[in-house]
Parts: sequence; C-alpha cells; structure tokens
Amino acid sequence: METISCRSLRVNFGVTEVLRGINLEVPKGGWTTIVGPNGSGKTTLLRAIAGLQKSQGLIQINGHALGAYSRKEVAKQIAIVPQQPVIPHGMKVLDYVLLGRTSHLGFFETEKKSDIEKAHSALDELDVGFAESRTMGTLSGGEIQRVVVARALTQGSPVLLLDEPTTALDIGHQQEMLEAVDGLRQRRDLTVLATMHDLTLAGQYADSLILLERGEAVASGTPQEVLTEEQVTQHYGASIKVIDDGFGPIVTPVRRKTNLPE
Amino acid sequence: MRPSIQVNDSEKHEGPAKLKIWWLVVAILAAGTVVALGLILGPASLGVREVLVEMLDRLPYIDTDSGLSAREQAIVWEIRLPRVVLGLLVGSMLATAGASYQGVFRNPLADPYLLGVAAGAGFGATVAIVSGLGDGIGTFDAVPMLAFAGALIAVTLTYLVGFSAGRIDPVTSLVLAGVAVASFFTAVQTFVQQRDSETIRQVYFFVLGQLRTAGWDEVVLVSPYVGPCLLILLLLRRRLDVLGVGDEEAGSLGVDVRLVRLTAVLAASLGTAAVVAVSGLIGFVGIIVPHTIRLIFGFSYRVILPLTVLFGGAFLVGADLVARLTLEPAEIPIGVVTAFLGAPFFVIVLRTSRRL
Repeated sequence: METISCRSLRVNFGVTEVLRGINLEVPKGGWTTIVGPNGSGKTTLLRAIAGLQKSQGLIQINGHALGAYSRKEVAKQIAIVPQQPVIPHGMKVLDYVLLGRTSHLGFFETEKKSDIEKAHSALDELDVGFAESRTMGTLSGGEIQRVVVARALTQGSPVLLLDEPTTALDIGHQQEMLEAVDGLRQRRDLTVLATMHDLTLAGQYADSLILLERGEAVASGTPQEVLTEEQVTQHYGASIKVIDDGFGPIVTPVRRKTNLPE
Repeated sequence: MRPSIQVNDSEKHEGPAKLKIWWLVVAILAAGTVVALGLILGPASLGVREVLVEMLDRLPYIDTDSGLSAREQAIVWEIRLPRVVLGLLVGSMLATAGASYQGVFRNPLADPYLLGVAAGAGFGATVAIVSGLGDGIGTFDAVPMLAFAGALIAVTLTYLVGFSAGRIDPVTSLVLAGVAVASFFTAVQTFVQQRDSETIRQVYFFVLGQLRTAGWDEVVLVSPYVGPCLLILLLLRRRLDVLGVGDEEAGSLGVDVRLVRLTAVLAASLGTAAVVAVSGLIGFVGIIVPHTIRLIFGFSYRVILPLTVLFGGAFLVGADLVARLTLEPAEIPIGVVTAFLGAPFFVIVLRTSRRL
C-alpha cells in the first residue's frame, strides 16, 4: 500500500494557484524527493501533506484521508523537519527532543521512562547523544540539524518529511545527514519525503523524484528518468551536464560559452 | 562517520527538566519566612513566639494560649494576616501571568499589562474616584469593581481587534492591538482625570499600586479568580514549553496552538484584572520574578511556573514589608519598592548567571 498518496492536490494563496493537480505516491519504506526551481511549490507541497497548509483534492496517509485525523493523530503519522526550525536557545537538548513525544502524552501526563529512552536512542542514532545536557543555543549548525531530526524521530511516526535538510550544511555534513536519514529509513522502515535543491544529492539518495515547476509536476520517476540534461535545462533554465557514474546522475553546472570573457 | 568533537564527554547528564524537590522546599521556606515576618513586624511589636503560638492555636485539634491580648489578636488576624495573604495572591498572580505571557508570546518583555489590563483598570478606577464613588456605594467599594470592569473591557477589546486583524501573524496582531487599546484607555483616563484635578492624588496612588486591606474583603474578592487562573496556567506548563518552537512546529507536534494560547491568555488576563482591581498597578513583578527564576533554575515552564507562583507571592510580601516599615508610619507605594529592589537584584542575577 502507498503510505502517502495525493490526488489532484491544489493549493491557492488568495487568487494565486501555488500547486495544481499534483498526483503523488510514496510507497511504504520509500524515499521520494521533490525537486524544482525556487518558487515551484516544493515546501508548500510538503506543508500540505503535513496538514499545515489548506489544500483541495485528496491526501491519504496510510490509506486514510488526512482530514479524518485529529491534530494529534496526524502528529503520530507524520513528523516534519522544517527548513528553518525555531530554536528555543535556552532549552536543553534532551528537553527539546522530548517535545517529539507530545502527541503521545495525555493532557496531564509528563514523559515516562519509556519516552526518555526513545529520546536517548534517537540522539544516539544521530550521534548527538553527547550533547543532551547542553542548551540548544550552544550547538553548531550541523548539530542542530541532527537534534531536530532526533526530535522528529522521537515522534515515532512512520512518515518523515524533510524540508531542505541540507541547505545550511557544508558538503561533508550534507552527506553525513543524508546517510543518517537513509540509515534510519532502513532500520526503522520509515517512509521519507524530502525537498532538495542539490540535484545530484537528491538523485543519489531518493528512489524516486518529482520535478515541480510553477506548481505543476512536470516529471516524475527514477532519478535517471527525471534528471536528464534536456529536462533540467528546460525547467531550471540552467546550463548543465549530466554524468552517470553508476550511483545516480551527477548534475554539474557548465558555464555558457556565450557568457565567457573574450 | 567523521569523528565529532566531544568537548565535554564527562559532562553529567541531568535527565529532562523537572522540578527538584529541594527547589520547592527553598521556595516554600522563603514564602513561609516572609509571611512570618509580615505577621510579626509592624507598628505594634508582637513577639515571634506569641504570633507563632497564636497561629498554631487556630489549627484544628490544637488548643494553646498565645498570651496575646484581644487587641493584639485582632492585629494578627484582621490586619496583618489578610494583608500578607493578599500579597501572596497578588504576587503569585502577577508573576505567573507574566511568565505565561512570555511563553505564549515568545517575548521576554511581555508583562501582565501587555494587553491593556493596566490601562483599562486605571480608567475604571479613575472614573470611580472622579465621580465621587471612591468612598463606596453602600457597602460596596466602587474602585475595585470599576477597575475590574475596565480591565476586562480593555482586554476583550484587545482580543476582538487582535483576532479580527488576520493580515499579520496572530501573535503580533494581538500585541499591537494591546498597544493601541492601552494608548486609547490611557488617553481617556488622562482626559477624565484632568477635568477633576482634586482627585489626582487618589488616582496617583492607584497607579502606583498598594496592598491596603480592610479585613478579609479583598482576599475574598480576588481568591475566586486567582485560584482557578493559577491552576489553569500550571496545568498548561508543558504546553508552554512546546510553544517555544513556534506555532507551526508546535502544531506539527500535535498541539492545538490556538486553544492553548487562548486559554493561557484568558486565564492570565482574568487573574491579572482581578488583582489589579484591589491592588492597583504594581509593576515589575511579572517580569522580574519569572526571569530571575529562569536564570537560576532553567528555561522549562515545568520548572518556572510552579516556582513563580511561590516566589512571586514571597517577593511581593517581602516588598510590602519594606514598603510598610521603611518610613514608618508612612508607607512607600509598593510599586516603587518592587522596582527599586527588583531592578538591581535582577541585574546581579543577569551578570552572575552562566546559563545565558
């Protein structure tokens, strides 16, 4: 069964159509990445699927319409790692990660031992267990990103949405982050839906891609099918070359000859 | 995986934020000490032992003789104890409302008067005083009633304006609506007051705040508001921690952000309106107490709120002692004392705190 399924999904901001007629299927345990130029609606699509953005059309999570879930039930199904998380600087890392347990706690309940264990194991899986007693404000960019993913993991939801998980990271940390997410996906059987700017990295980690342009899905399929020189040139207006090294297409920019200094 | 630099591997892990029992004990001892001092100290000097025995005597199943005369007993029971209890209630409420506002609005400068409570109460009190109702209508004291009504009207207006202006985010529009409503009520209040210059002094005393009691009337008046409001805010303490990550993320974690914010703001505003009605505008408590606690005990509302209830009450009873005793038999307005003592103390805590 498909874990995430969208049919004719539309989102309007006032009179502006931001997404139109999006169809999307992410199978259980799969990794799909949404790519597309700036302003193509990647983040909006992710927010709509997380129930944070009003939309028309059908969104199903694990076979049930998104609208049929309460807020708490949505949180038990979907965890999201925002592009720019709000960081409460004075909060301890462990307390921050434990916020992920909110949907599992009754109104008068506080975290039980089992909740704390889940937070510890998430921190350890992301190699930031050493920082649990530090405050959020003392972490580096890479550590913050890992801690935010640890919070999402602690939510215990089968679906993980990642909005530009690598934007703020250097190339080494980008790879570390994506390897970590892929490891989690395999160990915990998570379904991952991400948005990304870096096409090469997108193609290397996802098993399928969706290319958005101006709110429409203009291509979808395996990385090899989507990341062709023709499509990237057309939809990004970019001058690029695609090299295949066997692990997925490598998309690299090439300076246009017409712009070269004489 | 690249090796991560583990600066402080031997760092002790403390587990999640939790109210430690000894912190509570310290807070209760502090409150108990100022309460005892509040009963003992005053123009008529009463012995420590006698006052304590007198208190014990009123407990069920205990029957002793404190040796206090009937007049001295009346000083303890009808003058000093009501004032101390009122100080506890007002201090707890203002400090807790301040802490809750800071959490809900994610703004360290938010205080209980943010949404127009103070301006509305000031207006109500001024109307009562200027129209000659300051001495009471029959057995009712008109000043607290009109102050309470004014505070509620102002906060309600702030909500209506804030929530109807949906163009900017709800938090900002609510705060801006509060600024507009407060300015408006202050303007009207000043106008009313200027037309009747003889009562300026009375209005001035209301604005500076004071803990004057006539027996147990004020305590009876505010308790039904303060008690439930404090309870509601304490129950929301974990939710306030979740709001620290912003509306959208809190929503994605399963919290009904609007409901939590509305409940917290209503409880904090209603409680503040009630205490302002009887004590005037005592400033500073709502900012200084929660921030001091935050700096010393940590940033989780699960710790801050319970301690704020206790230390807020203790702080105001202590400030009232200073207000009563410094220029005896005259009194310094308590709002002056809270700022005069609170500001330097806070600076010391701010400078010595290593948590920031």
